[in-house]
Amino acid sequence: MTDATYQGGGNGSSLVASDARTKRRNASEARFRIYGLAAIGAGIFFLVVLLTAIVSNGIGAFQQTFIEVPVYLDPAKLDKQGNRNVDDIKKVSTFGYTPLIQAALWQQVQNEGIATDYTKAGDMKALISASAAAQVRDWVIAHPDRIGDTVDFKILAASRVDGYLKDRVSRESIAEDKNIDAGHLDLTDALREAGIVHKGFNTDFIFGSDASESRAEQAGLGVSMLGSLFMMLVVLLLALPIGVAASIYLEEFAAKNWFTDFIEVNISNLAAVPSIVFGILGLAVFIQFAHLPQSAPLVGGLVLTLMTLPTIIISTRASLKAVPPSIRDAALGVGASKMQATFHHVLPLAMPGILTGTIIGLAQALGETAPLLLIGMVGYIATNYPDGVVAGFMSPNSAMPAQIYEWAKRADPAYYERAWGGIIILLVFLLAMNVIAIILRRKFERRW
Amino acid sequence: MPVLWLILIVLALAAAGFVAGRLRVTTAGGARPHSLPNYYGWNVAMKVMVPAFAALIVWLLAQPFVVNGQVSGMITEQAIPEGSTLGLVMSDVRRVADGLDTAVSQGIMTHEQAGSIRAEFTDIRNRLGEAGVALGSNVSAEVLRAAQKYRALNATGNLWMTIAVLALALAGLAWGLKQAHGEFRARNTVETGVRIILLSAASLAILTTVGIVLSLIFNTIEFFRIYPATEFFGSLTWSPSFGGGSELGIWPLLWGTFYISLIALIVAVPIGLFAAVYLSEYAGSKMRAVAKPLLEVLAGIPTIVYGLFALLTVGPLLLSVFGRDGLNWMQAGTAVMTAGLVMGIMLIPFVSSLSDDIINAVPQSLRDGSYGLGATQSETIKQVILPAALPGIVGAILLAASRAIGETMIVVLGAGAAARLSLNPFDAMTTVTAKIVSQLTGDADFASPEALVAFALGMTLFVLTLGLNIFALYIVRKYREQYE
Repeated sequence: MTDATYQGGGNGSSLVASDARTKRRNASEARFRIYGLAAIGAGIFFLVVLLTAIVSNGIGAFQQTFIEVPVYLDPAKLDKQGNRNVDDIKKVSTFGYTPLIQAALWQQVQNEGIATDYTKAGDMKALISASAAAQVRDWVIAHPDRIGDTVDFKILAASRVDGYLKDRVSRESIAEDKNIDAGHLDLTDALREAGIVHKGFNTDFIFGSDASESRAEQAGLGVSMLGSLFMMLVVLLLALPIGVAASIYLEEFAAKNWFTDFIEVNISNLAAVPSIVFGILGLAVFIQFAHLPQSAPLVGGLVLTLMTLPTIIISTRASLKAVPPSIRDAALGVGASKMQATFHHVLPLAMPGILTGTIIGLAQALGETAPLLLIGMVGYIATNYPDGVVAGFMSPNSAMPAQIYEWAKRADPAYYERAWGGIIILLVFLLAMNVIAIILRRKFERRW
Repeated sequence: MPVLWLILIVLALAAAGFVAGRLRVTTAGGARPHSLPNYYGWNVAMKVMVPAFAALIVWLLAQPFVVNGQVSGMITEQAIPEGSTLGLVMSDVRRVADGLDTAVSQGIMTHEQAGSIRAEFTDIRNRLGEAGVALGSNVSAEVLRAAQKYRALNATGNLWMTIAVLALALAGLAWGLKQAHGEFRARNTVETGVRIILLSAASLAILTTVGIVLSLIFNTIEFFRIYPATEFFGSLTWSPSFGGGSELGIWPLLWGTFYISLIALIVAVPIGLFAAVYLSEYAGSKMRAVAKPLLEVLAGIPTIVYGLFALLTVGPLLLSVFGRDGLNWMQAGTAVMTAGLVMGIMLIPFVSSLSDDIINAVPQSLRDGSYGLGATQSETIKQVILPAALPGIVGAILLAASRAIGETMIVVLGAGAAARLSLNPFDAMTTVTAKIVSQLTGDADFASPEALVAFALGMTLFVLTLGLNIFALYIVRKYREQYE
């Protein structure tokens, strides 16, 4: 037996002080770790930047500038016959109301004793939203007996004035603007001091309808939210039963043959097909071929159903697979048929997982925009609430992401703020759906 | 009868059939029935609903074709105005027919009037205008006759459809009830039926693929009939003009697509890969539990948000550095770089979570062997784990590339609209997806090459992404088997 004895010892290496090679290797190790940390840091940094951009740009949309003016509802202008007949009052268009509102604001300016170069009520036009006349007119038609009184109204300020209060518009930026002058901004400052112009919470942004291109201050997301809701109803009603049925077949009943393989290949490929291709499918099949109405939430829902089905099938199959075979064996052992074992035992146990997957699929469908562009949900100005449930499905509407895209395309920067604000609302919905999914999973998930 | 009512009646018949079938078995007495009572009920309900609804669907799909065929036979060559097509005249016919329906339902015309008025004697456009139906032009006598024929055919069609569906439902009801006796094996029948329903639900995936392929192919063939394929694949210019004489070469669009995807991958792959390596090899469970979901939030954000981020935040930011006030490389905020960067951010979680799975699938024994030889952790990763995981990582990158090629909203908002072949990443360029959107939105009719080209572009996109996906999945699957 020979002892392996230490022969060398010549390079003078010590156990205490590391040599150059070890140092280099350790340094490279440390560098590598830093790269990894930096990559994660970069990812999170991008997330923070993105969220900051969304919140800082969009929060303004939830505030809106209002003007409080007492408007004298002049009977000589609004009801020439003097009989308070609603049909006669309706004949007065919004053009009849605009001078009254301008006069009212001009009166307020003079009452407060604000020094200004403007000399007539017509100069107040730049401060007041074009929607104000319609607002007053609607109120008068609802309360014809109040004609002749002076009524306090809270009307929207013009979008430039609103932008000035939110620091989006400054004296430099309006130098070329023919809608408003620096003098109007001075006047705004004074009116703000007097408490006539003030910012308030913007409920109309959440519940209101879209407005024409020139009235950014009036635009809201409410109608398109309803469009999204109807689309999600279609997706839920179609994708959940079809997806569950397909998954049950593939997971529990399908024989291993070429047809089953073919279905599986199709599903995994559909999951990776770009969403815009589903839009082309919807355009060609549902609109060109089946003559369903353009821009209808029904069509959008159908397209999104086809798009979400693969997601739902994949997650449903995973949760069916997670139910242990002993459950099936026990059911079969006491005499249940295969169908009974599946529907009475496996499916209820897999339900929480299926619901979680469905909610996540719905969240994905809710934020999807590209297919909606092709079936005409962009470009439709959603100014009216649908009347009734059937109209909700069949009549043209917009959807939340489509509305955001529409706003992002408009030239007025006031609409950018709306678009960011719309994104905040969209993300709140997505967050809520994901939180529900997580809670469902935490609460009902069973480990076997 | 409106379709909705028909559906409700069939459903009501099915419910009644369920109760009746169940009752018949339970009250029959005698020997114990073969199946549980509910199965007899379901058997009846199934026999009411399945044939009736199948007939309804087939009829609803077929009727427009039959009616269109009959009515378009009535329209002579002379009735088609200059520059118009049979399809446009037919849509006029449909509109007039709808208008007549509205007028009847509002009581402006009686049913007989709508069927017999003549364009020679009555101003149809004004009459329909009263009903709130706006028509673009005056209605010619031929179109009006066609519309009346259209209405008449549809009315008879609907009548026969109602009769057929109700007859089928009643026949099914009788058949099911006849079977509702103790010796009938109701459970077996119902289960076979349910199985067929499950199978057809699964087959919908095939139907969807077929639908995509057919809708792309037919319109693409239509496009190549009016526009030469050699031009489409050979020309280096993309300048569509709806007035005619447009050049529709695909290369500028493909170049834009690849350039943007390349930049996106240059951003996403290193960040995603390093993040995945760190998360799977170094990070403790606490850090993993925080960082992984945070990164995956990026994947859950809708693409419209990234699009807006590119247009309104990243674009102006890049412009302030590379634009006229800075290096003067950039003309406008929308550019290849803008879209590429933002798309890269979007793809980070995609690359990182796929690579994470793949790195985790590398067997521990390989790591242990490497540590045993004295390698440091980073040496193990670089020389053992990454080479072992390489095929899977390549698959993940290919999947990310296919995502980038098919991405729409970011490029629509962030990349600009000009189709050009340029090497400068700060130029505005456009992509296949962006042009599909711009050619198909708006009221273009589907007969012009400028609109139909979108289907050829869609076909290209579909083939490209499908090829990438199949290849990537093949690589990933092959790799997975290696270690299983």
